[in-house]
Parts: sequence; structure tokens; C-alpha cells
Amino acid sequence: MELYIHIPFCARKCAYCDFLSFPQTKETMQNYVEKLIKEIRRAGKEYGERPVSTIFIGGGTPSILEADQMTAIMQSVKESFSIEETAEISMEANPGTVTEEKLLAYKKSGINRISFGLQSADNRELQLLGRIHTYEEFLESYQLARACGFDNINVDLMSALPGQTVESWEDTLTRVAGLDPEHISAYSLIIEEGTPFFDKYGEERGNGLLPDEDAEREMYHRTKAILREMGYERYEISNYAKAGKECRHNIGYWTGIPYLGLGLGASSYIDGYRFCNNSDLKAYLANEPGERFDEVLLTEQDLQEEYFFVGLRLVKGVSLNRFEELFGVPAETVYPGLLEKMIRDGGAELHGKEDVFFHLTDFGMDVSNYFMSQFLQD
Amino acid sequence: MAEYSQEKIRNFCIIAHIDHGKSTLADRIIEHTGLLTSREMQSQVLDNMDLERERGITIKSQAVRTVYRAKDGEEYIFNLIDTPGHVDFNYEVSRSLAACDGAILVVDAAQGIEAQTLANVYLALDHDLEVFPVINKIDLPSAEPDRVAAEIEDVIGIEAHDAPRISAKNGLNIEDVLEAVVEKIPAPQGDPEAPLQALIFDSLYDPYRGVIVFFRVKEGTIRKGTPVKMMATGATYDVVEVGTFGAGQFFPCEELSAGMVGYLTASIKNVKDTRVGDTITNRVNPCAAPLPGYKKVTSMVYCGLYPADGAKYPELRDALEKLQLNDASLFFEPETSIALGFGFRCGFLGLLHLEIIQERLEREYNLDLVTTAPSVVYRIHKLNGEMIELTNPTNMPDPTEIDYMEEPIVTAEIMVTTEFVGAIMTLCQERRGVYLGMEYMEATRAVLRYELPLNEIIYDFFDALKSRSRGYASFDYELKGYERSELVKLDILINREEVDALSFIVFSGNAYERGRRMCEKLKDEIPRHLFEIPIQAAVGGKIIARETVKAVRKDVLAKCYGGDITRKKKLLEKQKEGKKRMRQVGNVEIPQKAFMSVLKLDEE
Repeated sequence: MELYIHIPFCARKCAYCDFLSFPQTKETMQNYVEKLIKEIRRAGKEYGERPVSTIFIGGGTPSILEADQMTAIMQSVKESFSIEETAEISMEANPGTVTEEKLLAYKKSGINRISFGLQSADNRELQLLGRIHTYEEFLESYQLARACGFDNINVDLMSALPGQTVESWEDTLTRVAGLDPEHISAYSLIIEEGTPFFDKYGEERGNGLLPDEDAEREMYHRTKAILREMGYERYEISNYAKAGKECRHNIGYWTGIPYLGLGLGASSYIDGYRFCNNSDLKAYLANEPGERFDEVLLTEQDLQEEYFFVGLRLVKGVSLNRFEELFGVPAETVYPGLLEKMIRDGGAELHGKEDVFFHLTDFGMDVSNYFMSQFLQD
Repeated sequence: MAEYSQEKIRNFCIIAHIDHGKSTLADRIIEHTGLLTSREMQSQVLDNMDLERERGITIKSQAVRTVYRAKDGEEYIFNLIDTPGHVDFNYEVSRSLAACDGAILVVDAAQGIEAQTLANVYLALDHDLEVFPVINKIDLPSAEPDRVAAEIEDVIGIEAHDAPRISAKNGLNIEDVLEAVVEKIPAPQGDPEAPLQALIFDSLYDPYRGVIVFFRVKEGTIRKGTPVKMMATGATYDVVEVGTFGAGQFFPCEELSAGMVGYLTASIKNVKDTRVGDTITNRVNPCAAPLPGYKKVTSMVYCGLYPADGAKYPELRDALEKLQLNDASLFFEPETSIALGFGFRCGFLGLLHLEIIQERLEREYNLDLVTTAPSVVYRIHKLNGEMIELTNPTNMPDPTEIDYMEEPIVTAEIMVTTEFVGAIMTLCQERRGVYLGMEYMEATRAVLRYELPLNEIIYDFFDALKSRSRGYASFDYELKGYERSELVKLDILINREEVDALSFIVFSGNAYERGRRMCEKLKDEIPRHLFEIPIQAAVGGKIIARETVKAVRKDVLAKCYGGDITRKKKLLEKQKEGKKRMRQVGNVEIPQKAFMSVLKLDEE
């Protein structure tokens, strides 16, 4: 089992962000931490026996909390759940919100992986995104984390940003990879409805304010080439890592490992059920923990569909042998002719001899929605 | 049922421009004559099809019989015959009018006279109806009843100073209208002892009783058991039941005699045998001649209707057969398209009729349809002397076999405020219109008369007219005949394959422009595929325009977390759902609505 813990706070909402996160007063944050701990203890009573292989503390900006707040959260987790010795315990942090004191506290509490939200090494691009930090501040936080003993660090980057050029993106990639983090996430910016970016750049490619399609595609393809040169392999649509440093938590999502979400609006998938927490902060703070929203029991069909459209996010693809083991029928029976057609279209390939894997090609990844949607059954 | 003498009967209809309040006034008349309680009233009693209610128009004419106790203390029978309000149904309108002795002309107090008002008044006067005006919507802030009354007198030449000024919506002064019906509309005439002569003005198929025929007795008497004959179709029956209409109800009675309006049933299987305009007579004692004015309606517009899911072909056929039971003007025959598979070539009275049938098939029969571009009927004169009536562009013979072609032409009247005359004249010229003349109705309004090819107006002329006159222009037309014209078949190639369902006939001078716009339109309609798709327009094998749908290069949800799986699935479902509404032609998926693209070439 994996744990996801959501911290829905940030210093300032970024202009492109559609995550469940917002600036709040210290008092609200403290109330939240207390409620979250209550939820953790309650969930521990129900699921505490199950071994926990990974924990991911995401946001928002979890590092906005005080050191002792994070320590208290981790304390309750450790007391409530059976965490494996070798568990991967990640936490998201934003440059400009971490201090030596905080980092040492994280380390001490058991957190062993830090994920920095940098997005760009170009200060002008950072400013246009509405980020609160500069590249220099990131460098400082990054070095501090290394100094505090974190030997597993991720850096989040984004391409296709307003004002970005192929050159500036290459510069961001080489500078960051030059720092030698273990993991790099490289997303292509999506303009989400309901964000200030949507109002500004809208659906029509932002009237030339955003990189055009050719430039955007070039950035995307350069990412893989540059990072490979610098020792990172792509293992998921948007994720790159040094050998053995792939994010286990993330891989768990795509391989059907159960996860329990804790905190505001967090999603869970456990015992075949998918559900999420209350996503209204007031209600979350006021109500007893343990409410479930949008709960569904996944059917065999759901599971078969997800096996493909979720699993194909991984470069490795999905095992056809395992499909047959899980569902008792070969994939070919459920999806007659489909795999073959995708291979013919250049979107997918097979690899492996005894355990045969079906995976998307680079082109298939580029247009993965097109291929993935075909795994939905009628 | 009490017996009524002819003097106490009033057979009339309401004529109006669309939206001037005809149906609302009909409801008020029915309410005030008291046969229905308010509770029984639906919002609009006469329009009993959902579709009609939504569009605010009346499709099939119907009738209702009510009893009015007038101020003179006498009871009068009112037979209110409803008429369709759209030019597509002009013939049905004319038959409904022929069943009446008078008409109430409803004019909107704010908008005044419109093209349809005039067209309908002239039609009513042609049928020797007594027409009296009513000025409606006087509750509107912009109402100008005095101006409108003067306009009616000036333009139409009928008395309007004492016209009832009403608000049908608010039920204001409805009594004045009812009294005017009694005073101004003449009682019917005719001899109950004469040989039977009755005019069919509508019919409707009922699954239990067969066809219910709506008619007006002009001469003689009809009763249960009368051996009748339809004079045009020759069909004969023995009457099972006669009666009169309540609102949505039937009241059987003993007999209907000269001057009365009612229905009959006679175990009739198909409305084809009871054509609107036909004359019912007694086959044992027939009348000397049928009533004048019957004509067999012909389809003006044709299009291909295909089931989106090829397996639904039998269901589409059943649905069309059922609709045809009730609509003798709907024509269909099977056809095959390379692009669309098995379907039907269907003929309609006009574009509105087409849209109504299409919507009824989709809604009432739950069919998902692909509709090809509508076409008029062209006449092709071949070198060998043969003449073909072409309803499907795909069947156009090789150009080397063609001597010349003809297309249908209409005479159109467009009423418009003077500030838009220039814009409308430009529009008519763009549509190959021939200017016939212009008359000023008053200082600010004019009637433009044009001859226009029917194929230039069936698609989007009405929309263009509205947009170029900010909604002020109104329009009416009638078929004039066929004229020789330079026409070519325009073919569309998608990914180098000709898509037969997208071919259409076009005036040769417009071929390049139409082809170019068609390609542009299809470029927007066809989603990007994994490969590049050329879209070409060709005339006689020569490419005249080209666009390209670029290959899709990115379609990915870059950022995705565990909690996003539900969201991700929704996104993929939407994508898959979109694909379902596509037609596979070669290896290209074409959205169903693309087949109607030709209709929307003039969007600005």
C-alpha cells in the first residue's frame, strides 16, 4: 500500500495552477494539521496493519508548514501505519520556503526524498508563471538539501511556457541536469480552465504568446535527447531518472498498487474501491474524518481498461502475461485486433520473449490519449 | 349534440407572420369559448407536437370546434382551422384556407406587416375569404397600434380602424375578437340535399382507427355508412364514423352537412389515399366535378439520410414508413453511398420540412443520422433527347452526354426596412438573383421582388437574410418554374478518395469559390489524424482547391497523478465518444456533421 498526504497550502497561487491549493492563515494551517493528524490516526485503525511501501506528501507546497508541524504529521504516520524499512518517503518543497531547520527536521522524521518545484531556470519565465522564487533561490535550497543529507532529489520542470524558446528550455535542462539530481520531471504546460493562464492564453494557443506547435514539439523531443546524454532515462510520459532512482510512488499509481489518500480532496484506491476525501476546506475542518466521496467499486471492465490506459504511461509498458493472469483471458480476446493495429500505426511495440510487454513508442507517447482512449470498452 | 343551422356556424382560420401570436390567440379563443378548463390547457393547445412548441411554429394543420355564446344571446359554432406558418407548407395552407369562410389576420403591434403577413393575406383573399385584422401584443412597450392600423389600411387595403387591439398573451380584449368573428365572418353556404362534395384539408394516422380525415363539407351530407370516394386518388371506403373536434379530442356525431367541418374514419390504412386537397364524394350519388385546387405535392428538396450506425438501417426504414403514414409529402427510396453505406434518398417540401423529419427521426425514433447536403431537383437534358430529373448529385451523367441542364427558379418577396435594402440586394445578387422590382410600403419599409434559383436559397438564405438585416427582413417565395443554367458537379476528395456523399451540384461560375470554402470548412470539421490529410475539391476530375489537415503531433496528458485517474478516464471517454460520431471513409474519420458542411459555407 502507498500513502498520499495532501497539504493544500501555498504562499501564492501560481497563474497556471489548477491543483487544490490556496494561501491560508497560520491559524487555518494549524487547524488543518490537527485535523489531518486525526484523520491519519483514524485511518491507521483501519489500514494500519498493511505494509506501506511509499509515502508522498504533496500539495500545494508542503514545505510551507513549520518544521514541527511536519514532524507531528510524520510522527502520527509512523505511529499509525506499518512503514517498510526501505520505504520511499517523498515530500514536495518549493524554493524559498525551505530552511536548514526544516530540512533537518524532514530528514529526522524519516522523509528521504525531496521534490523541488523549480519549473524553469530562467527568472523571466519564472516571473511570468507567477512563481515566488528565482533560480538562485532554488540553487540555495537545493544545495541546502544536499548538505542536510538528502541523496534522492527530484526537480520539476515545465516546457512550452510563455516566453520560452527552444534555447532557453535547453539551457534550463542542461543547467538543472548539471546539478545531478536523481530524478527530473519534465511536463509540457497545460493551460487549464479556471486558471488566470486560461483567461490570458486560452484555447487558441495564446495568440502567439506561447511557443508554437513546432517549437513546443521540439522542446519536448529535445528533452529526451538532452537528459539521456546526461544520464537520465525516460521511464514515464513526463518522468526521467538515473538508474534505480525512478519514483516508486509514481510507478505504483500506474501498476495498480492500492493507495490511501489523506488530507483535503485526496484520492484513494483501496480494496477495489476508488473514492476521495471532502475537497471543501471548511467542511473538512468541521466534519469528522473518514467521509468518502464519489466512491465507486471498480468493475472487471474498469480494471481491464485502466490496466492499459494507466499502465501505458510507463515506457516499459504493460505485461500481457500479467493481464491474462489477472483477468483470466488474453488481452487479444478482450481487444481483438487492437494491439496489432496500434503497432501497425506506429504507436506501440512489443518487447520481451517469455513475459511479453506492450508499450507505446515515442510517437505513441506523443499522442497517447489517442491510443489510450481505444482501450475503453463499449 | 344540439342541431345548429348554417347561420350559426363560423369556419375561420388565423393568419399571421411567424411569432406574431397566432397560436396564443387560438388558445385564448378556445379558453373563452369555454369548452376547455384552464387546467386542461397545455400552453399551446393547437400545437401538439413537442417540436412545434419548441420552434414556435405549427407544422400540421388541425381544427378545433368550440361553442360561443355571443352578446346577442345566441350560441355559435366556431370551427377554428389552424394553418401551418411556413412557406414549405404553402399548399397545405391554401387547402386549409379553402376550408374556411373567413380569416383573422393577426399583426404584431410592434413589428407591423411582414412578408408572410402579406403572402398569407393575398392567399386568403385569393380564396375569397373575409379577412379582418386584429392588432396583437399591444402590451409591449414598443407597440404602436395606430401606426400598424394605418399600415394595414395602406398596404393591404382592408379596414383596420376598428380592429380589435388585444394582448393574446394577457387575454386582453379577446371578447372583441369573438364578437368580430360572429359579425364579420359570413356563415357557410351549401345545400345539405345536394350530392356530397367535401374538401380534405388534413389527415392524420391513428394506429387504432387508421387514417382520420379532416374535411369541410361544401355540399350534401355525410354520415356513418356513406359510401365515399376520393375523387383524385380514386380510393373508396364506407364511412365508419364522422364527428367533430374538441381540442385534442374527437366527438362522434350522426352526420355532417353542408357548411360543417369534421372528421371521418373508414379503416383507411395510409394517408397516401387521402391527399390534402382531394374531394370526398358519394360514390353512389357523386357530385359533378371535384372542388378546384387539388395538386399532388412534389418534393422540392432532397437529401440522403443514413443511419450513423449501419446496423440501424432497418430501424430507419421502419421509422420513415411510420412518419410517411402521417405525412404524404415525405418521399423516400433506398440508396447506397460508398462513403455512408445503406440509406435513403428522401424528398421534402423544403428545408424546414427536412429538418423537422430529421429531428423527429432522431428524437422520436432515437436514431443517430448522417444527413448529406440537400439538393434541389435538376433537369438534365441529354444529347440523346432523354430528360432526367436529378435528385442525387452522385447520379449525374457524364458531362459528355449532357446537352444542357435546368434548375428550379422561385419568385421571392423580401420585406425589409429601407436601411437594409442595399445589403439585401447585394445578398440577392450574390445568390444569382434577378431583380424584378421594389415597392415602398411606407417611408421606411420596402418589398423587394427577385427571381432566385431555388438551390441558392434552400441552404442558408434565410439565416443570411436575417443576419444582414439584423433580423428585420422577412421572406416568402413560390416556385416559378425551371430555367436553363450552367451547372457542374463539384466533388470532394479526402485523402485522395472521392467522397460521394459530399458531392453537390453548383452553378459553374461559383464552383471555384464554393470548392475553396468547402475545403476550408472541412479542414475545420475533420479532426487531425495521425497522418496528414489532403482535402481537395474537383470539377470534372480537375482539382480546383486544396486544404490540408495537419497530422496530430501531440495529444497527451503530461501531468497526471494517482488521483487524476478518474479525470483521465473522463477525458478519454470524451475522446472515444467523439470518435463514435464519425464516419470512416478510407482510413479517415469524418464527423457526421461534416456532411452538412456545404450548408454553412456563407458564415461570416
